[in-house]
Amino acid sequence: MQIIISNSSNEPIYEQIYSQIKRHILTNELKSGQALPSMRQLAKELDISVITTKRAYEELERNGFIYSVVGKGSFVSEQNNEMIKERKMKVIEEQLLSAVQNSKEIGLSLNELLDLLTMLYREEL
Amino acid sequence: MMENVIELKQVHKSFPNFQVKDLSFSVKKGFVTGFIGGNGVGKSTTIKMLMNLLQPDAGTISIFGMNYNKHEKEIKQRIGFVYDENVFYEQSTMLDMRSIMKSAYAKWDDELFHYYVKEFELPIKQKIKSFSKGMMMKASLALALSHHAELIIMDEPTSGLDPIFRRELLDILHSFMQDGEKTIFFSTHITTDLDRIADYITFIHNGELMFSKEYYQIEEEYAIIKGATELLDRDTEKEFIAIRRSNHGFEALTSNKAQASHLFGDSVLLEKPSLEDIMYYTKKGAEGGAAINT
Repeated sequence: MQIIISNSSNEPIYEQIYSQIKRHILTNELKSGQALPSMRQLAKELDISVITTKRAYEELERNGFIYSVVGKGSFVSEQNNEMIKERKMKVIEEQLLSAVQNSKEIGLSLNELLDLLTMLYREEL
Repeated sequence: MMENVIELKQVHKSFPNFQVKDLSFSVKKGFVTGFIGGNGVGKSTTIKMLMNLLQPDAGTISIFGMNYNKHEKEIKQRIGFVYDENVFYEQSTMLDMRSIMKSAYAKWDDELFHYYVKEFELPIKQKIKSFSKGMMMKASLALALSHHAELIIMDEPTSGLDPIFRRELLDILHSFMQDGEKTIFFSTHITTDLDRIADYITFIHNGELMFSKEYYQIEEEYAIIKGATELLDRDTEKEFIAIRRSNHGFEALTSNKAQASHLFGDSVLLEKPSLEDIMYYTKKGAEGGAAINT
């Protein structure tokens, strides 16, 4: 699991950890049931305080991304519909982004792209 | 659920020119607490009281839920004390120190001692007085860690150490904290070290507690505000702990980030304060009014 912390960012460090772990879960890089490193281990590895990783894990738990078992550690939750939806949205966003980039490269206008998208969307249905 | 390893309640200690006043704070088990403040504000006095090297005039100090009057020996067995000065006997080697410590501490662990000596690359037969400052610190730490101390108290452990060794020291402390049973309390004025390890910050100034809170809480509550001098008037100035004015604008510290942000909106720049900023502005604020003119 890769986590990159910026010390110069205005975003608090616990939020950076929270959003990166969340992204790993939503992109299925971390699979349900998979164990996360312990808070203390992660703090040591990232060279930050334990209370920071603790706060990130607490937020992840509160929002249902992970659960913890006393004495065993923290694990990725079974994914609920809301999470699957959010994950799909993330994938769609990425795919659309690359479509936009490709369009720009060949000078396709937004309207032309929208037309193409509309056509494809209806055809599939 | 959170257990306090150290508890100070309304501790007073007077000296001819200085006093520690009504000092109350606690140190949580399983976490690292950084103890900050300028020079001569009572950090060393407080640490000496925690080690029973000085006794408070009033108030109570409890460690592991016990007090020094009744349980000095038990408490001391469970503390590893790391000083910033050379406390070793001039001619002694690490091997000599091992014998001394072994007879003093019931839980002394030779295996652990040899592990740390190896880990810290300390020569055990060389006289300690020939050690560099960094090695001396490692030696002091190795001895403190080898008797299974549950609480490590350090007075300015990183002062006078080079940045590389300071990093190594923080790594050692991170490892020490892994099982969640250990507690560290250390004073420092090198506040950047705290970014990497401190869970709680206890800040004193002129013998009084300014605050004791979770590190991230400080980021959430405090902010440095920068803006044009016209924004300051009798009302807005009240928002700040201290203000530094120049011909080119002002810079100030607030402990109510949300309110300042609401009040000034986009007309100012809001920045995350460093602990140094907080120490600086608090000192200026305490010295007289909120205004600092440059």
